[in-house]
Amino acid sequence: MKASKAIIKCLEKENVDILFGYPGGAVLPLYEALRESDIKHVLVRNEQSLVHYASGYAREKNRTGVCIATSGPGATNTITGIATAYLDSIPIVIITGQVNTELIGTDAFQEADIKGATEPFTKHNYLVKNAEDIPRIIKEAFFIANSGRKGPVLVDIPRNVQEAEITFKYPEKVDILGYKPTFKGHAGQIKRIINKIKASKKPVIYAGGGIILADARTELREFAEMTGIPVINSLMGIGGMSQESTLYAGIVGSHGYQYSNEIIARTDLLITIGARMSNRAAAGFSKLNPNIEFIHIDIDPAEIGKNVEFTLPIVGDAKLILQALIEKDLHMDFSQWLEEIEEIRNIYPVSLEMQPGCIKMNPKEIINELSLEMKDDSCLVADVGQNQIWSALYFKVFGERKFITSGGLGTMAYSLPAAAGMKMANPERQVVNVMGDGSFQMCLGELAVVRENNIGIKIILINNTKLGMVRGLQHDCYGKDNYFGVDLEFQVNFVKLAEAYSIKGYEVEDMESFRKVLHEVLENDEPCLIQCNVDPNFRTF
Amino acid sequence: MKRYVLSLLVENNSGVLSRIAGLFARRCFNIDSLTVGTTEDETLSRMTIVVIGDEQILEQIKKQLNKLIEVIKVIELTPNESISRELVFIKVKADNSTRSNIIEISNIFRANIVDVAHDSLILELTGGPDKIGAFMKLMEPFGVLEFIRSGATGLQRGSTVLNETK
Ligand SMILES: Cc1ncc(C[n+]2csc(CCOP(=O)(O)OP(=O)(O)O)c2C)c(N)n1
Repeated sequence: MKASKAIIKCLEKENVDILFGYPGGAVLPLYEALRESDIKHVLVRNEQSLVHYASGYAREKNRTGVCIATSGPGATNTITGIATAYLDSIPIVIITGQVNTELIGTDAFQEADIKGATEPFTKHNYLVKNAEDIPRIIKEAFFIANSGRKGPVLVDIPRNVQEAEITFKYPEKVDILGYKPTFKGHAGQIKRIINKIKASKKPVIYAGGGIILADARTELREFAEMTGIPVINSLMGIGGMSQESTLYAGIVGSHGYQYSNEIIARTDLLITIGARMSNRAAAGFSKLNPNIEFIHIDIDPAEIGKNVEFTLPIVGDAKLILQALIEKDLHMDFSQWLEEIEEIRNIYPVSLEMQPGCIKMNPKEIINELSLEMKDDSCLVADVGQNQIWSALYFKVFGERKFITSGGLGTMAYSLPAAAGMKMANPERQVVNVMGDGSFQMCLGELAVVRENNIGIKIILINNTKLGMVRGLQHDCYGKDNYFGVDLEFQVNFVKLAEAYSIKGYEVEDMESFRKVLHEVLENDEPCLIQCNVDPNFRTF
Repeated sequence: MKRYVLSLLVENNSGVLSRIAGLFARRCFNIDSLTVGTTEDETLSRMTIVVIGDEQILEQIKKQLNKLIEVIKVIELTPNESISRELVFIKVKADNSTRSNIIEISNIFRANIVDVAHDSLILELTGGPDKIGAFMKLMEPFGVLEFIRSGATGLQRGSTVLNETK
């Protein structure tokens, strides 16, 4: 069998139903094989968005997303997407074409060392030199991407290798000497965790994206409710704990709620599950609270002790460890602590107030309105910038709702392709995409994909004609009115732009019109864009 | 800051060296020396890496190395439970007045003379960092023209082996 055909066969064996791609010379054989396959191919408009589509798909299905790009510029265009997926631990397999093996190293046309370039932010990557290795390598790539600490895996395949003849046999099992992730938590450590909780007066669970990746939401809630321990989320952890629960205690970090940070300042035991204690979220923990004791539960041993020294580490899968903890049947009474938390909440209330002196729309209210109107099993996909913070803070996630965003790398223009990828993975889900006018202009070509494939996402464009987040930082760092290079001066007519892609566009400048439009568009499953005009001086907090 | 010697068993793939070197550079770990060579199993290579750091950095280095798919095993070669040596070639100035002096010192250190010219000698010495350091110091007054140190390479003492699949 032609190796190119074998590659597609491997993807079929991995139950790939959709893949995102952008062709070129070095993947011609692969596209020819794809032509004869039942896998749906989605032609994106820029490889910059390619991996984000697959990321949205993966985060919806909890399965590995797949994409294909050609050699050279095609491959290098995917780099930001790969790094984005790497920092958020999203399972993705990226297949790139490469120049013929005999040309490698000669600076041939469209040759780029994508394996070397992506080494720092792939979980693993391969350059296939021998076509017979293809089935094993693809099997390994899928296994590595979606097990242990998940992440992107790149497979670079030279064109002549794609054209070789091989005997196809898909391996049943994977056996990689150097890759044996730990899933089950150490029984002794489980016991020690229980003892630590028993000795604690003010424990808090700090739950990160690992809860969602491990599909451990039910277990987290059960454990929290059983023990009566409140739960705080990181940005990536949003949705891991139902925000309807009385034990939900907000979002922490430099962009979290003030009350949540205050809770951290008063806890005596922080039980971290599937969060990597990044500088943005957790740098201040020890400073906020020098007496804090840490438990760290993570699938990746290297995360433990990397940023914070931990008193009690346990390596394993969050779901399995939570199950083991639940089995211990620990019932505690932390009512006094919960009362204190209630008081803290009252001291630092979350407010939707309009910023005095600002005109046009209140972005906090926009997100709040989405929260009220969107379905209980909908998803909000937030971009990066002020819009991300507003989305994170004012969209309530409960039931089957989801919230996804680029947390680790903070990649602008993540949200539109990710929302589209998610909606394609599950057309039943209502998907709303909140972005800034800056981010939108980085990826607007993807509107064609949205239209072409009838992807019914709703784009809420928070239009402040500025790179709002950076502008705010300039204000904070260098003083009032010391802005530079953050004006998106030319006011694009986004409504007309949407219409150019046959996507319905609306422009609103007050809440009442917004409510009306939103109500109307949430009734149908058509893509649309709502341009919401917001005062450029509206500050993040 | 201390000096630690790590012994690694890795898959013998092209690119694995770049992956490991890249990891050290990216994470700002200090590498003192790195040697790679073949093993009894041709699909595997063994590396000896000398790193400078403290206990916490060492822990992170080991964990980050272990995360690399092609790294099969990482252990620390502690001075008591392992042996490690490096090799050095030193080219020193030597004329009729100094040559015998140099040879005498070399004999005490069991260094070999591997090249003789009318105005220089190349000496070869194996040993730990202390022995090599002491020897180099003694050679300095004669005029060291150039030298190359191989970096440490080592094994655990006793019958335990890194490759447990054996
Ligand atoms: C690809 C990329 N480039 C630059 C940045 C730095 N950055 C962070 S937020 C931001 C402003 C985003 O502006 P906009 O999309 O209009 O959103 P707003 O902050 O106004 O809501 C920028 C430039 C980034 N995060 N990602």
